[in-house]
Amino acid sequence: MSITLQRSAAISPPARTARERLGDFLPRIVLAPSFAAVLVFVYGFIIFTGYLSFTDSKILPSFDFVGWKNYVRLWSLPNWWIALENLAIFASLYIVICTAIGLGLAILLDQKIRGEGVLRPIYLYPMAISFIVTGTAWKWFLDPGIGIERIVRLWGWSDFTFDWIKDTQMAIYCVVIAAVWQSSGFVMAMFLAGLRGIDNEIIKAAQIDGATNFKLYKRIIIPMLRPAFLSAFVVLAHLAIKSYDLVIALTNGGPGRATELPATFMYSYTFTRNSMGIGAASAVIMLMMIASVIIPYIYAEVGGGNRGR
Amino acid sequence: MAADIAGTAVRTSRVTRAIIYAALLFFAFYYMLPLYVMVVNSVKPLEEIRGGNMLALPQQFSIAPWLSAWSTAQIGVQPTGLQPYFLNSILIVVPAVTVSTILGALNGYVLTKWRFPGANIVFGMMLLACFIPFQIVLIPMARILGLLGLAGTIYGLILVHVVYGLGFTTLFFRNYYEAFPTELVKAAQIDGARFFQIFRRILLPSSGPIIVVTVIWQFTNVWNDFLFGASFAGFDSMPITVALNNLVNSSTGVKEYNVHFAGALMAALPTLIVYIVSGRYFVRGLMAGAVKG
Amino acid sequence: MAFLEIEGLTKRFGTTEVLKGIDLAIEEGGFLVLVGPSGCGKSTLLNTIAGLETVTDGEIRIAGRRVNELHPSKRDIAMVFQSYALYPNMTVAGNIAFGMEMRGVAKAERDAAIARVAEVLQIRHLLDRRPSQLSGGQRQRVAMGRALVRDPQIFLFDEPLSNLDAKLRIDMRTEIKRLHHAMGRTMVYVTHDQIEAMTLATRIAVLKDGVLQQFGTPAEIYNEPVNVFVADFMGSPAMNLVPAKGRQEGNRSLLALTRADEPDLLLGLTGPSMRIAAENRDVLIGIRPEAITDADGADRNSKHIVEAECLVEVVEPAGADTYVVTRLGGREVIARMRSDARILPGERVPFAFNMEKAVFFDPVSEARVA
Repeated sequence: MSITLQRSAAISPPARTARERLGDFLPRIVLAPSFAAVLVFVYGFIIFTGYLSFTDSKILPSFDFVGWKNYVRLWSLPNWWIALENLAIFASLYIVICTAIGLGLAILLDQKIRGEGVLRPIYLYPMAISFIVTGTAWKWFLDPGIGIERIVRLWGWSDFTFDWIKDTQMAIYCVVIAAVWQSSGFVMAMFLAGLRGIDNEIIKAAQIDGATNFKLYKRIIIPMLRPAFLSAFVVLAHLAIKSYDLVIALTNGGPGRATELPATFMYSYTFTRNSMGIGAASAVIMLMMIASVIIPYIYAEVGGGNRGR
Repeated sequence: MAADIAGTAVRTSRVTRAIIYAALLFFAFYYMLPLYVMVVNSVKPLEEIRGGNMLALPQQFSIAPWLSAWSTAQIGVQPTGLQPYFLNSILIVVPAVTVSTILGALNGYVLTKWRFPGANIVFGMMLLACFIPFQIVLIPMARILGLLGLAGTIYGLILVHVVYGLGFTTLFFRNYYEAFPTELVKAAQIDGARFFQIFRRILLPSSGPIIVVTVIWQFTNVWNDFLFGASFAGFDSMPITVALNNLVNSSTGVKEYNVHFAGALMAALPTLIVYIVSGRYFVRGLMAGAVKG
Repeated sequence: MAFLEIEGLTKRFGTTEVLKGIDLAIEEGGFLVLVGPSGCGKSTLLNTIAGLETVTDGEIRIAGRRVNELHPSKRDIAMVFQSYALYPNMTVAGNIAFGMEMRGVAKAERDAAIARVAEVLQIRHLLDRRPSQLSGGQRQRVAMGRALVRDPQIFLFDEPLSNLDAKLRIDMRTEIKRLHHAMGRTMVYVTHDQIEAMTLATRIAVLKDGVLQQFGTPAEIYNEPVNVFVADFMGSPAMNLVPAKGRQEGNRSLLALTRADEPDLLLGLTGPSMRIAAENRDVLIGIRPEAITDADGADRNSKHIVEAECLVEVVEPAGADTYVVTRLGGREVIARMRSDARILPGERVPFAFNMEKAVFFDPVSEARVA
């Protein structure tokens, strides 16, 4: 007689209730509205505007495809070139000066300064106010009639002129002055955080090695601030390309078109000049400009960061 | 003393230190100057500004510009002052900040404690959305608001600010909750707590700091916004930034500088007060937004 | 004349006095270890020797020359830091060469020096790497290489091994000792680890709250601690410190230690410690675990072993030894017995007290009295 083993029926796990299965999806359900909103209102809209840039939209969106016509037209418009040129001047000065002032102030503040607690908030508060307010304040302060020019003249130098804000060649530099005033404190905060993160023992080692203060900063400390430089550049470039509020308040694009920037160009061509197709095209170009700065940065951070870990 | 003050252990001579303090004070003046100019000139009568030195203290102290800016100044075609638009800003900011913060917290919670395949991609896409130039969405948003019947309304602006604030609020909470020990969540799960209970009882009570940072950041951004206000607000729903610009830029004839400055200060006061009161948290928000990951 | 002399050194930060009148000296080629708990001022003392901190009062002399006012780079010293302090944006070679660059040494010479040092420390294969690509132990070698290449009169070490894991710490400790023997240079070493202090030093300075507690050879510090703090701090497991009272019974000088539910344990005193009994004095007796053993394991050379039965509370087998815990004078007392001593908790077992190794402290002043 053979002994056979009886296999018991396989025990299956209890079936999950519908409620439990729903619970599994709850996180995704909670996230969904936000994600959907971003998909639609950001990516969807980007596609929409992108599509419009290939149509002959004027006052209202139209869906008649016209190929590259808007882009060709865009690049033939002198106003667009003025806007781009202004952006180049503005952005490069803005980034360089903000970085220089920010780094300088951060290094100075890092020298065990008494009263740092008072100075730092003073340097930073401009970030808290609207670009419109900044523009308003500087607009009159730079105005030759009542601002700096007049003040200096009242102090005795009756030949002093400072009418940049009314000068088509120089007005863009006024935008730089106001923008630097607004943002350099923030750059300072970034560099200060970077400096504070530097191990003091490295400084001591360099002192024992005989490095002068100058060499210390040049060879050791500033190279260690590379991440802060990168972050500052990305943030400033981003702000520069998007600049709209400040220009509107300060000069409203003027005098004439002297301070036209891509952002103001887009707005006026879309909403007041009834050339929505061209406006859309200019918006797409703005997006590409920002993407060309942001995407390499994120790639470097995420890609490189992972390796270092 | 050297041990008490923060800073790098670099040695500096007396002369150098004097130069350092001088430079720092110079820049302090540079930053305070516009604020000083605004404050001082907002209480001068107009003749004094035109006749005199912008930097001088008021010889005649007048509160009229502030009253005018608040209730009688000409904004567009209505002589209502900035008051109704100040109110508009509040009506826009409070709901927008509340909703976007709550959603950001939930999103951050889901993305860090309830990982699912593709969570990183979702986060990445939401993160990228922080950086777009808003010009790219103006046209379709105007259309959608029109279709929804929200064009030119406060509700429309609230919707806009919530949607475009989601990227940042999610980023803040996600980074904060990432550092939050997941073992606590697991322990709570073993104890039988479920999704919302864990959020409410475990994560939320410890979220004080990041909530403050997020609220301050959102408040500042939404209050200071101009582009969306200019694009989507109707005349009755304008926020104060748009109204201010209206006041300053479209006044023809006599330019009432003192009223402009008073109005600018009015528009700046809320965020300035928030900044002064919260200081440290404000900086944390700035840093978190810029130096992410 | 000692090579490094520290006289009356005082350091104040504002109103806080961090170093209070320190007097130390170390001969050329010696290895001075500054040891003490966190906050005792040992790192500050090292920094003043290096010149990274100014001196409020007192004098530091190297080779007879006063150096208080000299810049660190002019004192002919080199320092190895706890966090290695390698320059992150330079290669290993660059790190080692930086000091030479600052001094204007020619490239050919620099390269030769780097090669020499790399050979000694076996880091030649790492010369082109960045610090972030190195392990902890490798970084420590590079930090030492940077110090070696200066060929200074004095090497300073600021807790260099604290960031390494246990095994690596022991390996590097041996290397430092080997380097010291090979080079014969004067070394000043800061640590909170008393084992490191004992193994590396020719002289130890024990510090507490900015005050020098004791300065002597490792043997002196270990066997003749000058106060309770030094006795307790050095040695692992720590020295047993038990309250006791002197008792004179006829011509027998005794020390009485209280026991729960039992008559006092009486230990006989000899030599200078006999006056504790004569004076009926309250003292703290300090006796190290290895001086309390089982009867067979007692030191045969000692002339003064006292055997007594004590109640065993806990037994801790530790491989090479067995630690047996009893309770005397209200305190836990640890005895070190041979590993094959078969003892169970709750038993009464004979303990052998080596009174030659016992030291006595005043309970109030904590200073040593005998």
